[in-house]
Amino acid sequence: MFLIGCPWCGPRSQQEFHCHGEAHIARPKDPDAVSDAEWAEYVFNRSNTKGVLYERWVHSHGCRRWFNVARDTVSDRILAVYRMGERRPKVTP
Amino acid sequence: MSGYSVFALVRNALSYHENWQRAWRSPDPKPEYDILVIGGGGHGLATAYYLAKEHGINNVAVLEKGWLGGGNTGRNTTIVRSNYLWDESAAIYEHSLKLWEGLSQELNFNVMFSQRGVMNLAHNLHDWRELSRRVHANRLHGIDSEILNARQVKAEAPILNVSQDSRYPIIGASMQRRAGTARHDAVAWGYARAADARGVDIIQNCEVTGFAIDNGKVAGVETTRGRINAGRIGVVVAGHSSVLAEMAGFRMPVESNPLQALVSDPIKPVLDCVVMSSAVHVYVSQSDRGEFVIGAGSDSHVSYSQRGSFDIIQGIMGALCELVPMVSRLKLMRQWGGIVDVTPDRSPIIGRTPVEGLFINCAWGTGGFKSTPGSGHAFAATLAAGEPNEVAGPFSLDRFRTGFLIDEAGAAAVAH
Repeated sequence: MFLIGCPWCGPRSQQEFHCHGEAHIARPKDPDAVSDAEWAEYVFNRSNTKGVLYERWVHSHGCRRWFNVARDTVSDRILAVYRMGERRPKVTP
Repeated sequence: MSGYSVFALVRNALSYHENWQRAWRSPDPKPEYDILVIGGGGHGLATAYYLAKEHGINNVAVLEKGWLGGGNTGRNTTIVRSNYLWDESAAIYEHSLKLWEGLSQELNFNVMFSQRGVMNLAHNLHDWRELSRRVHANRLHGIDSEILNARQVKAEAPILNVSQDSRYPIIGASMQRRAGTARHDAVAWGYARAADARGVDIIQNCEVTGFAIDNGKVAGVETTRGRINAGRIGVVVAGHSSVLAEMAGFRMPVESNPLQALVSDPIKPVLDCVVMSSAVHVYVSQSDRGEFVIGAGSDSHVSYSQRGSFDIIQGIMGALCELVPMVSRLKLMRQWGGIVDVTPDRSPIIGRTPVEGLFINCAWGTGGFKSTPGSGHAFAATLAAGEPNEVAGPFSLDRFRTGFLIDEAGAAAVAH
């Protein structure tokens, strides 16, 4: 159970949020030029990192805004919370 | 190795049970094997067993970083069934169920497989239609499946609340009578003992730390107990599949999520079948000891911590108290989590990887236990031949490129 520091609402219970998986996955710029393997990489393949994972959360039952979280998937400790569009911060687990 | 029987029991009773043979050896790893299986859970041990038994390949080692069956094999809710919708899934799960039916005799180890029946409840019209569709699809595949109305559901499981005024009214259910439960530890131990008897080396406390890859072809593994060579390697590590894939230099369409289960204090027998409900996300059975074994949902975030969130437990217990009101009087004794590897289509991956000689069997997600024999059987055939067999074929890693997905996510909904 996480206590998540929403950038707008402050620390709130995990129950109010939904996790939407890995962050910083860029959609291919020119879809017509993309091979099946590259589509598979974009649509399906995930880092699923054991260690620091950068992921997207949305405060569904709150301000309904999206943001990114850096979390250690081994200890489940949240290491950083940052807004959409910001660069991923360097963190150590 | 001497077999287990009533005579063995009597003979050993005479010597005060002090002379039972160890169930399997604990050998040091040899420098080279024909085939290595990474992961000593049920699936890995079953793979090794069928390699030796069906394919006569017994120069095989199973490498386990902890102890046998200490991962998801010992963390599930022990449900076995085969009532899946799609042809490919029905084939492999039914193959598995058929193996379950003779498993105790085959392994000479009581896996306590109990065909007590599995009921999947319908709470609304949509559930009812989906469930009817699945029952008919199952019957076309020769898988036993029947439809029960609310009165019949009540007769099967009198503790259920079938009142139409309840929060989750039960309008009917599907029932697979050949489905049931088994003792999960015994499955790992039974396969380990039977594989060991056929010459397979089971090496515990041996963690793989890297792969030796030569010109795109696998040559062996680096482990905490030194280098071990093999030209053909099977990875069967469930939640850690992405970690091993990263070591070998490729990526997987898999995410590892915590999945929780709980057990109540033991009470007298009141429930003699398994009850599942996809809509309210509950599955429950009563163990032979009398405990209610309750499966909860999985968290949506990636985690390797083997711990899930408390609100998942709260959600499932709220639903269960509505469905089975007497549960509100029980105390929960234990709660735990496992790490399940889930694909976008909720179907497993069995077959080749981009590295030649390296094969993978993973992504059984929230439904791995039931498939243990079938998965091991199909993966052994795949490893022995160097290419997937008929059952394993559709579950290739490549399906995420070709688009031939097996969408059990939509078909089986959430409860596996």
